[in-house]
Amino acid sequence: MSVTPGQASALLRERFGTEPTVEDRLVTVPLERDRWPDAGRFAKTELGCLYFNWLSAIDWKDQGLEVVCRVENLESGLAIMMRAKLPPGDAHCPTLTDVYRGADWMERECYDLLGVVFDGHPDLRRILLGQDWVGHPLRKDWIDTGYAPYR
Amino acid sequence: MEIKAPVPQVPPPVWTEFKDLQEWEKYHQERPTDDQISSALTSIADAIHHMPGGWILVTSTEKIFNWARKSSIWPVTFGLACCAIEMMATFASRFDVERFGMVPFASPRHSDLMIVSGTVTIKMAPMLKRIYEQMPDPKWVVSMGSCANSGGPFRHGYHVVKGVDRVVPVDVYVPGCPPTPDSLMYGLLKLQEQVAEFQKTGTRPVAAAVEQ
Repeated sequence: MSVTPGQASALLRERFGTEPTVEDRLVTVPLERDRWPDAGRFAKTELGCLYFNWLSAIDWKDQGLEVVCRVENLESGLAIMMRAKLPPGDAHCPTLTDVYRGADWMERECYDLLGVVFDGHPDLRRILLGQDWVGHPLRKDWIDTGYAPYR
Repeated sequence: MEIKAPVPQVPPPVWTEFKDLQEWEKYHQERPTDDQISSALTSIADAIHHMPGGWILVTSTEKIFNWARKSSIWPVTFGLACCAIEMMATFASRFDVERFGMVPFASPRHSDLMIVSGTVTIKMAPMLKRIYEQMPDPKWVVSMGSCANSGGPFRHGYHVVKGVDRVVPVDVYVPGCPPTPDSLMYGLLKLQEQVAEFQKTGTRPVAAAVEQ
């Protein structure tokens, strides 16, 4: 199963109706939020991207959050970067844990620091900060008050 | 589509006024008052002290006790971050603090000294306090490195305690990022000077006793 980046781009365009950009072996796919798990499953089964590299999110302030995730095919070197914009004020995103088990802790970290709520995640708790933490510190609107213990 | 700003999630302050915070910190930073030897020993020492000429015996034994305390400070092996590497180098054979009677011990219940070596996060601070409370009196704390002194380069982060003296009382601050083993050894020798002045009543010496 070796799909070239050009073929992968064509397949993704045909399947999801978006315009992927190809840069060397990296294919960047902007996605609708609802197609997020479908795209993950497609990348895993059709494109052979078995390796879940990382998942993170970007805070675009007024324009809401954007979830970014990179999966790779380690045999052919093909890398798919999926980006999904979330509408402002609504930080919900479908989970990828059904497809990639490795997405579990990455999504917990993303929830912990940026407050993206992954719907369908089996155990969405904070992972780095304490369970009694209030707020999500990597948001752009986070304000560090000096008032909690030991601060 | 109308673009709306995200709802700001400002964490509510736990204390409503800064005065409350100061009060809380004062309450939590007081040195434990049970920093004393047993009351029976104290009464015996008092009785001897009030006998004619007995004060010579008491004061000289105090000196002996303080010499013994000073010569066997056992630090608990408590490494938090990169400063712990320098601390391990200090404990190892090249710098060899064992010649000062310091045996790194892997239990807080047998230790006299805690070297806070590294960044203290807000999540770690309760554990640090708990280890400090598990140590028997009398006990001392050395704050090692910029992070433990003041938060260091992470002072403006959201998750770092701005100085370990907000959690436990500190006797000696060792600056550096990280401090070299020589710096830490200098701090430990300064601590020994403090311990030599340690009184039977558990009072700590004033700052002038360890002036530079």
